[in-house]
Formats: sequence, C-alpha cells, structure tokens
Amino acid sequence: MRLGSGTFAAGCVVIEVLGVALFLRGFFPAPVRSFSGPEHHAETPAPEPSAGATSNWTNRPPPLFSKVVIMLIDGLRDDFVFGSKGVKFMPYTTYLVEKGASHSFVAEAKPPTVTMPRIKALMTGSLPGFIDVVRNLNSPALLEDNVITQAWASGRRIIFYGDETWVKLFPRHFVEYDGTTSFFVSDYTEVDDNVTRHLDAVLKRGDWDVLVLHYLGLDHIGHVSGPHSPLIGRKLGEMDSILMRIHTSLLSQERETSPPSLLVLCGDHGMAERGGHGASSVEEVNTALLLISSAFERKPGDVRRPQHVQQTDVAATLAIGLGLPIPKHSVGCLLLPVVAERAMREQLRLLHLNAVQLCRLLQENVPSYEREPGFEQFQKSERLHANWVRLYLEDSHADVLLSLGSKVRRQYSDALRTLSLALSAQGAHYDVYSMLVGAVVVLEVLALLLLSVPQALGATAELDVPLSSPVSCLLFYLTLLLLGAVHVIVCTSAESSCYFCSLAWPAVATVLALASALLCAVASALTRTLVGGELLRRNPAHSGPRWPELDLLLLLGTLGHAASLGSSSFVEEEHQTWYFLVNTLCLALGHDICRRCFPGDDGDRAEWLAGAAPTRPDKSPRHDVLDLDQRRKGRSSLDALRGPEKWMVLASPWLVLSCCRLLRSLNHTGVQWAHRPDLGHWLASSHHKAELSVLAALCLLAIFMLAHRRCSPVSRVAMALGLLGVYCYRAATGHLLLPWQRESKGISKGIVEARFVYVFVLGLLFMGTKDLLKSRVIAADHTHQPTGLRDLHGGLVLLAALLVRPHNLPVLLCSLLVQAVMTRFVWRPLRHSAAEVTAMHYWFGQAFFYFQGNSNNIATVDISAGFVGLNTYMEVPAMFLTAFSTYAGPVLWASHLVNFLSSDTRSGTAPRGPWRPDKAAPAFASRARTGAPRPPFEETICPEDLQRPFRGSRHICVGLTRTAAAAGRSRFLRVSAGFTAADEPPGPAPHPPRQDSQNSRESALPFPLVPHRF
Amino acid sequence: MSAGPFQIATQEYTMKNTDIKRLLYTHLLCIFSIILSIFIPSFFLDNFSVLETHLTWLCICSVFVTAVNLVLYLVVKPNTSTKRSSSHKVTRFLKCCIYFLMSCFLFHVIFVLYGAPLIELVLETFLFAVILSTFTTVPCLCLLGPNVKAWLRVFSRNGVTSIWENSLQITTISSFVGTWLGAFPIPLDWERPWQVWPISCTLGATFGYVAGLVISPLWIYWNRKQLTYKTN
Repeated sequence: MRLGSGTFAAGCVVIEVLGVALFLRGFFPAPVRSFSGPEHHAETPAPEPSAGATSNWTNRPPPLFSKVVIMLIDGLRDDFVFGSKGVKFMPYTTYLVEKGASHSFVAEAKPPTVTMPRIKALMTGSLPGFIDVVRNLNSPALLEDNVITQAWASGRRIIFYGDETWVKLFPRHFVEYDGTTSFFVSDYTEVDDNVTRHLDAVLKRGDWDVLVLHYLGLDHIGHVSGPHSPLIGRKLGEMDSILMRIHTSLLSQERETSPPSLLVLCGDHGMAERGGHGASSVEEVNTALLLISSAFERKPGDVRRPQHVQQTDVAATLAIGLGLPIPKHSVGCLLLPVVAERAMREQLRLLHLNAVQLCRLLQENVPSYEREPGFEQFQKSERLHANWVRLYLEDSHADVLLSLGSKVRRQYSDALRTLSLALSAQGAHYDVYSMLVGAVVVLEVLALLLLSVPQALGATAELDVPLSSPVSCLLFYLTLLLLGAVHVIVCTSAESSCYFCSLAWPAVATVLALASALLCAVASALTRTLVGGELLRRNPAHSGPRWPELDLLLLLGTLGHAASLGSSSFVEEEHQTWYFLVNTLCLALGHDICRRCFPGDDGDRAEWLAGAAPTRPDKSPRHDVLDLDQRRKGRSSLDALRGPEKWMVLASPWLVLSCCRLLRSLNHTGVQWAHRPDLGHWLASSHHKAELSVLAALCLLAIFMLAHRRCSPVSRVAMALGLLGVYCYRAATGHLLLPWQRESKGISKGIVEARFVYVFVLGLLFMGTKDLLKSRVIAADHTHQPTGLRDLHGGLVLLAALLVRPHNLPVLLCSLLVQAVMTRFVWRPLRHSAAEVTAMHYWFGQAFFYFQGNSNNIATVDISAGFVGLNTYMEVPAMFLTAFSTYAGPVLWASHLVNFLSSDTRSGTAPRGPWRPDKAAPAFASRARTGAPRPPFEETICPEDLQRPFRGSRHICVGLTRTAAAAGRSRFLRVSAGFTAADEPPGPAPHPPRQDSQNSRESALPFPLVPHRF
Repeated sequence: MSAGPFQIATQEYTMKNTDIKRLLYTHLLCIFSIILSIFIPSFFLDNFSVLETHLTWLCICSVFVTAVNLVLYLVVKPNTSTKRSSSHKVTRFLKCCIYFLMSCFLFHVIFVLYGAPLIELVLETFLFAVILSTFTTVPCLCLLGPNVKAWLRVFSRNGVTSIWENSLQITTISSFVGTWLGAFPIPLDWERPWQVWPISCTLGATFGYVAGLVISPLWIYWNRKQLTYKTN
C-alpha cells in the first residue's frame, strides 16, 4: 500500500497520541474519589447495624470535644519532639508526652512533602492525585470535602493565624484570620510573632470552636541553616512555651458540663538532613503528631510509645472528634486511642461509621471490591457488631458485652487498616501493563518514522507500507495471537485494577492489531534498510561524508539536551540549557558567516569552497567544474550582498544574541534564581504602570510593523485594530494607563475589548484557512497558500499579544524580530537546509517558551489567560487559552517554520531538501532493486547545494531529478543517481576519476539545468 | 619529478620530527608554568588556594602563561619567515597589546551575552575574559602577530601551514570547548564551592588548554604521515 508522506505523518501522529494517552492513563492513575454528589450534609449517617432488633440510635454521635486547637508547625519532624532535641528544648511537651494526658504518634506524610498538599492531606484525608492539579486550575480554593468545610457548614466558628496558604484554600471559612506570607525565607522571627501576637486575646475571648495556628519559622530556619542549627533549639523552645500557654488556657476554661477541649500539635512534613523537603526520605516523611486533652487520662506508670500512623488519619479523627461526617475522600482511619475512654457502644458506632465511609470509597473505585480482603473483614465485623448491639439491647451481662465488644473493636480496627491500605495503594500504583502497551506503540511508531525518513522525503514523497505481503501477514497473525495470549494471561492474573484490561474487547483488539501491524511494518522497513545498506557498503564510493560544524552542533545539542533530562537538576534548570544552546548556535552562525564573508586569500578560498584536501595538486576536471560552480554560487550568495546588506548579515547573530540576553533578564525562572528581582517584576509592580504602558504601546506598534509586512490591506487593518483592542483590553483591566485618562476608574474584566480582539483573531484565521483551502482545491494555484499561511501566523500573533501578560509583550516582539532577522539575513543568504532550519526553529521555540517566564513547575502556568474575554469559567475555552498562552513561543515558531518552508520552496531559490545524499541512497537502492523503470529523460541539476555535506569527499552525486517537481504536487526533489564517480581509492594520491567527458562538459555549462542521460 | 620529491619528502620528514619534539617541549613548559602558578604563590601569600582566592590565582596564572609564551617565542622562534626591522618592533608590540585588550573586552561581552551578570561581579567576569584571552589570544599573537588575515586563515578549514599553527588551532579550540563545558555545572543544585560564577568556567578553560597542549603534539605525531603543509 503506497501512502503519501503527509498521510503517513498524520497517521503516525494519531497513533502516537493514542499511545501517549494510554501510557499517561497508566502513569497517572485516577485519584481515589467518590462520585456521589456534594449534598453530603443532608445525608443521614449510617445507622448502627443490628440483627433483628431495631436500634434506637440513628442520629449522628455527639462531638467528643468542644474546642479544638490545631497548632501546625511547618517542618516539625518527629525527632524534634520525641528525640533528644525535644527533651532538651521542649520540656513541657516532653512532660506531656511522657506523663500528661496525651497521645503521641509519628505521622507519616506521603510525598510530595510540600506544605500545600500536606495541608490538603491533613484536612481532607485523601492522597493528592496528579490529576487534581488540572482539575483545580480554575480556583485555588479547596473544593474537596474536608474537615474545615464541614465544621464551617455546621456553624462552628473557626479562627486562623499563620501561613496564608490556608486562606487561599479556605477563602470564606474563617471568621477571623491573619495570613503571613512565606515569601521571605530568611525571616524566622517576624513570621511567627505575627501569629503569636493574636494569641492572648483569642484565648481569653473563647468565642470560637476551632483555632488553627500555622507556624512557619521552623521550616524557614531549616531552609536557611539546616536541622542542626542552634537556631532550631531556640525556635523549639519558643514553640514549647506557646504550647504551654495554649494548654494552660484551655485547661482553665474547661467546665464540667461541656466536653473537654483538644489540642493538636502536628507537623506538615519533616526536614531533610540538608534542611529542605519535598522528597520521600525518612526525615522528610516522619512528622510529630501529639493530641492533648484532659479526656486522655492516664494512670501513673502507663508508658505510651509514639505509634506510627498515617497523616491522613488526622482528618478522620478530627471529624469524629468534632462530631462531623468523615470527609468523603478520606482514606484514613480513626486513631483508636482517642476514643478509647468512651463507652463501648459509642466506640463501635464510630468505628462502624469510619468503616462504612471507607467501604463506600472502595466500592466506587475498585470494580472487584467484593474480592478485597478489607471488604470481607468489614462484613464480618459488621455482623459481629450487629450481634453485639442485639445483646446490648437485650441487657446482657456487662462482662460478656465488654469481652465481646473488645473483640469486635479489634476486628473493626483490622478491617479499617486493610481498607485504608488498599485505598492508598489504589492511588499510588502505576498501571504497568497499560504503560507498557502505550510505550510499545509509541516506540514502534518512532522506529517506523526513523526508518522511513529517507523514503518519505524522497522524490515521490510516497512510501510503501507493506501490510499485504504474505510474510508480513504471517508475522502479523503470529504477533497478534501472542499479544492476545499475553493480554488474557495478564488480565486474569492481575490482582489490582488495570485500565487496559477494563477496556471493551473491540478496543483492545484494535490496539493489539495496531501494535502487531506496526511491528510488521518496522520489521520490513528494517530489512529493506539493511539490504539497502548492504548495497551501499558494496559501493566503495560511499565513504563517510564530513559533517559541517553547524549540523554537528545542532545534532549534538538536541541529543545532549535529551540526555540531560535524565537528571532532575537539569530538568529544574532546563531553561539554562536552552539559553546556552541558543547562544552557542548564534555564535556558531556568526563564525560561519565570518568565514564566508572574509575568506583568507583567493587560493585558500577556492580550497575552502571546494572542500578538497589541500594535498591534491591537480584537480579532476569534475572538481574544477564543481569548484567553479561552488565559487559562482558562493559569490552569488554572499558576495552579491554589498554594503549595508553584508554588514547586516554580519551583525545579525549579535543582534539575536542581544535580544536573547535582554529577554533572559526579563523573566527569571527555574528553581534556584527564580526569586531574584527581574525586569518583569519591576514592570508588573503597580508603581511602574506608566513605564509599562509606554513599553507595551511601543511593543504593539513594532509587532504590527513586523508581523504584517507583506500582507493584504484587509488583514493589515484587522491586525492594527486587533492590536489597538489589545491595548484597550489591558487598560480596561487596569494593567496599563490610557493617556487621556488620569484617574484610574473602576477596573472591569474587559470582556467587550477582549471579544473585540477575538473577532479579528477569528477573522484572520478564517481568511488564512480560506486561502489555504483555495490553494488546495485549485492544485495549480500556489499564490494563495503563502498569503493564507501568513494570515494564519498573523492571527496567532494577535491572539498571543492578547493573552500574554503585558510585561511579556517584549518577548513576543523579540520573537518576531528574531524570526525576521534570521529569515532575511541568515537563512535565506546562507541557504541552510530545511533540516537545519527546522532544528533551529525548534531550539528557538524552546528558548522562547522559557523567555516567557515558564518553567517545568506547574506553578508558573498563567491561569489568568484562561479568563480573557470570558464571563464565567468555561472549561474547554479556558483550557485552550491557557495552553496557548503557555506555549505561545513554540507555537509561533512552529507556525513561522511552516511559513518559511512553504515560501522557500515556492520561490525555489534554494530548495535543498531535508535529506542528505547518503540518507537518500536507500530509496535509490530499493528502486534499483525493484527495477522500477527509469524515466528516459530527466532534468538534472548539478546540485551545488548538495555538496556542502560532502565537502571532504570526492564523490559527487550527479543527478537531482525533477520529475516530481514537474508533477506539480510535491516540492521535494530527489537524488536519483547517487554516486557515479565510484571506485577511487582513498588517499592523497592524485587519481583522475573515471569520468565521461560529456558529463563534465555538461556541468561546465553556466546554467545548472542540463539534460542528463542514464 | 622522480627523485626530487622523494628527497624533499625525507627532508621534510626529519624536519617535522624535530619540530614535533620542539613543540612537545614548549607545550610541556606551558603546562609546567600552570602547575607552578598553583604551587609557587602559596610560599609567598597566606591563605592562598585556587578556589578560595580564585581571582589572585587567575592573575598569577595569566601572568605566568603569558611570560612563558613570550619567552618561548623569543627562544624558539617558530615563525622563521619574520623579517622585520627593529623599528617596527615597538609598534608591533603596542598593536599586540591593543589586540589583547580588545579580545578581553570581546570575551567579556560574549560572557555577558551568555548570561553573566551585567553589573555585579564585573571584576570576576573580566578576569575570566583575561585568562581565556591568555590561553587563546596570546599564543596567536606570539605566533601570527597582529595580523587578522593570518588568523582567519589559520582558523578556517584547511588553512594551516605548519605544525605550530596546527597545534595553535587545537589548543585554542580545546580551550574554548573546555570553557563551554565548564559552564554546565553552574545552574545545578549541588552547592559545591567550585560552582560559583567564574570558577567552573575558568577551571574548564584551564583543563581544556592543558588538554590541548597534551593532545596536539600527540595528534600531530600520530597523523604526521597525512599532514603535509603548503610552503608559503
């Protein structure tokens, strides 16, 4: 089956997307969540199980504690409280841990051990899924069911002091709050004093139910000087005294009539030995958790060792302690010691509620939940519980009830632990089988693409996809059978759920058939390449061509960047890699240009141009011809540029370098230097609105001049109005100033202005598409295509100008400027090949992605772009706009590449195809093997452009057929007859190549198009 | 054209061997000077170490290398075809100085374009430019003189005319490559003392220069059969 290369590439992209989607589905498992609606509060709690007799206790159990104080100390790892440091610096806490009315635990936090996910885990009891990040794009507020929301909904008064992350997560929930920012890491006293200063008044007032304190100082000290700094001890002492104040105040206010109060001391994450946190080492994961209440009385001599529990257990415990329903997504289980003093019936009731909640979560997330051991345990304990309730209602003997009850309690706690483990594993396990299938599909497509590059870029731009030959059919069926067997075995033996197994049979069969078909295609392409390579190797003409430095740089840079992604340090600072590579590229271009503009003396120049070894005293006639040709061409390319043009060519790499340097200081990104002051922050601050306005206006003007130089008047007008609209939009949203408007009037959302711009964006895109389609339909009409592409590019530029933040407009301007300069003064005059130009576009696109201030951190995504011109949050347009504004740099460079290549091939100045003669050789070989009839007469170009990669070699390809160009469909030319000046031994010995005189005479013709007979 | 070229070839061959030997010795002296610049100052200066007092070392190293290059140039005189009168020597020397300064400033500008801080750490950046010029421009000036055309010839492909120019090409390029590679560890979060701004680059340049000094005689010796130079 023969396919056009466009169809082939499109097919490959579709299959690739499919494979990547499958892989990602396996890599990011869906988070554990409940699908029932949000109307949780109306829900009645699960009734007490009872066998036969009806229970009289159906309403929710009462709260265990009247008041709760949560004292969260950032970075409080377990040995700060329970280790030697705690004994030394926290005497009161140590006393409470050892002898007081308290329960101590070591709570294990799940990575990522960063504050925000940890707060979420403490309050919701769920494990953060990666998908959450995308789902919560529209608002930073915590939408999941959690303890704070439940408490707020039930009318508790909550007061918060501390890290302002809480205020963002719970924007309406606190009756009183004071958020401190954790921006200045070097400050570790003010940040805590700001919390403590409210404490006395609040404790005295007592008009609240929940008090949350979040102390940041300890974590800051850890970041600055590590966990062994002397400052840590002082800070722990301060925390100890605060704990004592709170505790004594709570004790003094307790009354006999109301339930006691609870004081929770906990850490959100630990602290690594170097002071940071975020990963999963033992020091970062283990945090201290101390529950203090007069309810937890203990007899003297009752030694309680800190138990290891999960951090997620806190949510369930707090919810039960406050008499609230347990958060729906919580995977934690109740901390049993907290309720150990209550009556047996109440304990069992609370455990039952927790177990019911976990089971519901399990049912909704695991399809085969009946087989889970936790579920079976739960059913068993529920039966026992029902029996116990019946006995209780029948007034059985107290001893019997107690012994039976403790048995049920043990059963329940086992069931809870198993359920919790099963649910946590659900969130953390990779679906390896789906990942493997996806990876196999992706790799097969990649291999097929690589193998068919020479063929697809060859003359006919068509290639064989051998699906129908009998051998590959046999292979295909065998592979399909094997994959099917593997699928059945894997899916029947897997104990955990698997996405690929849960797909319907036809879908699975399609994917498997696709995988095996691809395997066949790869195998046949491989054999063809190998056979072709064999033929080539037999041909001694094929000696290794010498790569020009620029190609080497592009190849090594791209590969080196790919290799650098294996290290997380390089990923964090990926922008530095790209800036470095782009700068090096500019310098290499500058060097190249210099060498071409100032060749040494004439003799050197000839050699340099010919690429011949200097030892050869007499040149073959063929070489002379080519030298002449080269020189002629060289003259025409660079010497033709006179005066200012030439100097512009020389200066353009330096101009690009300066642009890059300017942009680099506009936005600092990454991890290590992101906090440094940069131009972008300076411009964005409200004091410099006037400067920003002037800059934005200038940028928009320059963008207009650069973006639409060769366009129709209609699109020029559309562009101008659109850019004007962009300025008005930014002025309306209060980012910029209008000159006639001294007073800043009310800030609107700028809906009208933004929609005004959207009209022009859509108009430009529509015009571009229309022209493109026109040129497609009328095959001979190539005039519409470039204008269509230009209009499309203009539309994208306008959209980007609307969406990027105003201080990033210089990035857009520089991108257009660099594109224009490079096109005009570098790529066109120096005649870079399409492959080189593509690689350079890729590099610049990546660099501009980071120039925009993006990084590999999700926090740098500018979500506000998703709301431009929209009244409310609409998921699909918001996602699209956000994605476009994030990837504006790469997208604009890609669209410019399409523009450049299409205009380049159309004008036909230097259609050096993206192939190399050695790569194109297999196509030739295969054609020779299959014995396809050669056209009797072909136009032949003596391809001066093709010699550049071949500079060191003495073997020159002869023919570049133009049959395809004559067909009018494809713009790719083809190397038809590769290597004729064949069997020369390598070495310095002069050797007149076997040469037919006709050929040389032909090539010596001033015009390169000569008939050539094979 | 039967016997003549052969004799000339043998002559060339022996000349080349002695040349390679001289080249090797001069290069060993250059390496020795760098090693000396590490050890000698610690006898005179307190608290001297390459990393802690890096700027001092940079100055000392560049002075040593320049001095050794000048002395070697005067003693070995690889460029036999210089026939200039003594009156021109002063202007020639002044020209060389100006070229050296210009190359320092050019390198400084390139470093800033590569992302070195513009206002802070100016001295560090400039001394880095000085040492890189010492490794690259000074040998060029010694060997080729202030003659831009000759420079362009040597650094274009296949433009070298002697062993000395070939080795110059190799050492210069390896110094640049060393500097380039030396910039990679700067943004990483290893928090080592040598990751501070110019240190890793200067160390890279030094290692690249030394590697070039070692490699170039070996490479020329290895390829002495293939290397033939045009006589000018």
